[in-house]
Amino acid sequence: MASENTSGELKKTALNALHRGLDAKMVEFAGYDMPVQYPLGVLKEHQHTREKAGLFDVSHMGQAFLTTREAALGAEDAHEKIAAAIETLVPGEIRKLRKGGARYSVLLSDQGGVLDDLMITRPIEDAQQGMLFLVVNAAMKDADFALIEEKLGGVAALKRAEDRSLIALQGPAAAGVVEGLIYGAGEQKFMTMRPYEWNGADLFVTRGGYTGEDGFEISVPNDKAEALAKAMLDHPDVEPIGLGARDSLRLEAGLCLYGHDLTPETSPVAGNIAFAIGKRRREEGGFPGAARILKELADGPQTLRVGIKPEGRAPAREGAEIQSVDGANIGVVTSGGFGPSFGAPVAMGYVDAAFAEAGTPLQLIVRGRALPAVVADMPFTPHRYFRG
Amino acid sequence: MSVKYSKDHEWVKAEGEHYVIGISTHAAEQLGDVVFVELPEVGKTYSKGDEMAVVESVKAASDVYAPISGEVVEVNNAIVDEPAKVNEDPAGAAWFVKLKASDPSEIDALMDETAYAEFAANA
Repeated sequence: MASENTSGELKKTALNALHRGLDAKMVEFAGYDMPVQYPLGVLKEHQHTREKAGLFDVSHMGQAFLTTREAALGAEDAHEKIAAAIETLVPGEIRKLRKGGARYSVLLSDQGGVLDDLMITRPIEDAQQGMLFLVVNAAMKDADFALIEEKLGGVAALKRAEDRSLIALQGPAAAGVVEGLIYGAGEQKFMTMRPYEWNGADLFVTRGGYTGEDGFEISVPNDKAEALAKAMLDHPDVEPIGLGARDSLRLEAGLCLYGHDLTPETSPVAGNIAFAIGKRRREEGGFPGAARILKELADGPQTLRVGIKPEGRAPAREGAEIQSVDGANIGVVTSGGFGPSFGAPVAMGYVDAAFAEAGTPLQLIVRGRALPAVVADMPFTPHRYFRG
Repeated sequence: MSVKYSKDHEWVKAEGEHYVIGISTHAAEQLGDVVFVELPEVGKTYSKGDEMAVVESVKAASDVYAPISGEVVEVNNAIVDEPAKVNEDPAGAAWFVKLKASDPSEIDALMDETAYAEFAANA
């Protein structure tokens, strides 16, 4: 069982006192003292998020601004310059990212492995062109930011936004709640970011999230984070949601957890996130590990991340061996558990590419026994993003 | 005999010539929402401390150990069909198995209600 009610040397988010006041069960996560669940419990928190709206403190994630140091001939040229810089580290199409657009991407190693997944957002304002807003995983932020400074320090300046918190509001009721507080945010489409002023604080509101539901991630100055969270929690449709339900929600949505479903050993092609590799980038290359990644795109990867549906009621957890029906080892489960909305156990894992087609029967080794399972399409619960 | 408890958070209660076994309210609270229960087959025998059943919550899988040695004479399939019952009534309707004890004196080594309450509070 994870350590509980620890505080010692752990870092705290600006919402720490709020979590404790809400009687959260706190655990260590990525060096932070974070809520794993509230009195509602993981199952009901999960269901509440799918049915109404859940508030998540994701302030432990790393926010930063990356700004070009190069002289630019106007706003478009400034964006070209910062996009060209970041494109040396990620395979995504950042140059043609529209103003106010957010993109999911990955930092790559020279071997084409995934060092982290991240969100890269281009501000909408002309005055902000030449800058990108980055959000990376909590456990990886020090390594990511050090890598970016090492590789890009000559052409771009990285400024960590330690003074900002990040609050996610997810679920079908999220848009109504956010619109009630931040006029206009409810109109934003999926994967867009817009700036707002709220009670004197500058907010960056991005439509999207990590649950498969419609929702928002709101970057807010630390000194206004608790007030904003409380304002959202005051709405009868909003409950605070801990890391436990965050994990089951993202698993049902088929979304990767870095360090588990994506690692430095897995390429974005094997990781089944090849959508993050831009069309132009596939033609031009020019990102770390391009030789391996382009070859895998052409020939197919050796292994592939797939969804897995155990046929019984027993969940298969991370690390469970995956076998073919004749008992050959063909892979490993990287995330697994019970899907509260799916109503059955769900998992994802890497299998030999020959076994990756949906419907392929498998067996999972759980507590020494082979349990029948089948390769399943993801997401397990449909995405409900707001595309306008 | 009143209810006795093991250090692994199982409870044992005499019922006629057999012993009913379940997991403590404290254990059920710590596990969180139970989503899966696996019970042994009737007729299997276990030594004290053997893994006898599995209970999984949304968080993790946990083993349920035999608090005393004996043979399984009955299992509670209602908690297999509806695992959430384990959270609703762990000390009563959501019992796991009934054992025919092979050495009833093992009961004496278990904790009583007061000792277990203190043990669980410091666990």
